[in-house]
Amino acid sequence: MKKRNLVWTMLPAAAIAGTILFNGCKSGNQHDKKATDSTTTAPTANAGLKLPDGFSAAAIAENMGGTREIAVTPQNNIYVKLNNLKDGKTILYLTQDGDKATLKTSFGDFKGTGVYVKNGYLYASSDEEVFRYKLNDKNEVISPDKPEKIVTGLISRNEHEAKAITLDNDGNLYVNIGAYSNSCQVLDRKKGSPGQKGCPILDSAGGIWQFKADKLNQHYGDGIRYATGLRNVVGMDWNQQNNQLFVMQHGRDQLHDLFPQYYTTKQSADLPAECMYAIKKGDNAGWPYMYYDWQQNKKILMPEYGGDGKKEGGETAINPTAAFPGHLAPNGLLFYTGNQFPEKYKNGAFIAFHGSWNRAPEPQAGYFVVFQPFKDGKPDGKYEVFADGFSGGAENTAKGSAVHRPCGLAQGPDGALYVTDDSKGTIYKITYKK
Amino acid sequence: MDFKKAPILLLISIFIATGLQAQTKKHKAAVKPSSAKLKASIAAGSTIFTENCVACHQADGMGIPNMNPPLAKTTFVLGDKTKLIKIILNGFSDDVEINGQRYANTMASHDFLKDQEIADLLTYVRNSFGNKASAVTITQVKAARAANGK
Repeated sequence: MKKRNLVWTMLPAAAIAGTILFNGCKSGNQHDKKATDSTTTAPTANAGLKLPDGFSAAAIAENMGGTREIAVTPQNNIYVKLNNLKDGKTILYLTQDGDKATLKTSFGDFKGTGVYVKNGYLYASSDEEVFRYKLNDKNEVISPDKPEKIVTGLISRNEHEAKAITLDNDGNLYVNIGAYSNSCQVLDRKKGSPGQKGCPILDSAGGIWQFKADKLNQHYGDGIRYATGLRNVVGMDWNQQNNQLFVMQHGRDQLHDLFPQYYTTKQSADLPAECMYAIKKGDNAGWPYMYYDWQQNKKILMPEYGGDGKKEGGETAINPTAAFPGHLAPNGLLFYTGNQFPEKYKNGAFIAFHGSWNRAPEPQAGYFVVFQPFKDGKPDGKYEVFADGFSGGAENTAKGSAVHRPCGLAQGPDGALYVTDDSKGTIYKITYKK
Repeated sequence: MDFKKAPILLLISIFIATGLQAQTKKHKAAVKPSSAKLKASIAAGSTIFTENCVACHQADGMGIPNMNPPLAKTTFVLGDKTKLIKIILNGFSDDVEINGQRYANTMASHDFLKDQEIADLLTYVRNSFGNKASAVTITQVKAARAANGK
């Protein structure tokens, strides 16, 4: 409560200062449309999002809790996973009518991130386990109180706990098990603490594990470490065109904090890259021994392992498929296979960047959905910001106090794009009209 | 200087000045003779904060939901000084809930900071982000470090 009181007492002062500064900078412009928009409380166009021409957005549900990943059924109904309890439950089921989604029921008592619908089952993850619920022919859950436990006993140690999930077309389930560490130091995040030799975290975390989608009570021993050297992944999707797993890695934090002799605060804000990887079974993406520098286009030796920001490393590590600026936190990845959006979006990747915190004292960044064009299963040209404005303004973005934070992505049967916000619990639907 | 901005700057200065005056008046009773020393300690602490803390706790001390806890008006910061000093010395890895929000990230030990640096840093933290609390002294840090059994 104290925190809230503080915010409220500071709000009027901040608003006044903001208005003064804003108008000061724009002195002479009598008709400032933006200033009017930012102070109005009436519903804004496109639910406050900025989109390319022809696209529109609606907030189809609001205040739904910590809405993480999302799945839309062929019947156009929605499942959303919560990372907190809402009325004692953690999975929401909503139906849609025009630009409104209505909460029909909620179930599940495990907090978590992942949700996926495939082959007559709803899959959902906690931070330690993966469950599934049998669906009827309308893709409704038959027994909400009786999920089957598919995977159990996964490591979750207060850092990178979210278990993102996806499925392929051959009955396999892929689970991210994030590293419970920043860079595998002997003492996590401690200045001067070296990297552990033969990082032991990689035995049970820091990678993607493959399990059977239909076998109950699987432990580590029943699965395969499908890819390793991935610090933490939340956004992942099965690319249908390549029939291949794609993941988005959250890069390491605190280069300047821990190594001020090698990195300025500006370099520390921009580096390392947030990487997209196209994964083949057995791949190693190189964490914690290297990171990818998107400015030099090089794999750089991790400073905890003797690097200095210039020495190259990761000889056996795969190269990223695409690289994005540091700390933007990619939490959603979706390859667009719909027909509603213009042709250029087909088979390209949407990425929901949750937004940074580790750029301080430099301005924070992110809180947007990006589109990465693809051609023949490979990135084709530079990414573009597709949906922006989640934060509620440039000032919020810079301060890292975004109102909404994009997290999960899903595609509807009609080709509409859905985006969740795990800060305020808004669900956005983005559509296109010719 | 852009003359158009002059009135605004003036307005801001008046705003700040009146604010400061009001604050000084309000806390007149609490101000001790050693306020110059306090100011110097806060200034030194601010530099240490920027080098070691700001990336996680943020410039406004509000932290990051789910990960890094706020430093503004929490009992961790304003309460028992020995406990607070021990967080700097030993780090902090408990899952905590503050004002209904959960924070899970690991804070590393910062025992490499010197006693005076810890005293300055905590004096700064206890007098920033809307906090107003007594200074942490080098004697208190020395005592906490000795009792810490390191």
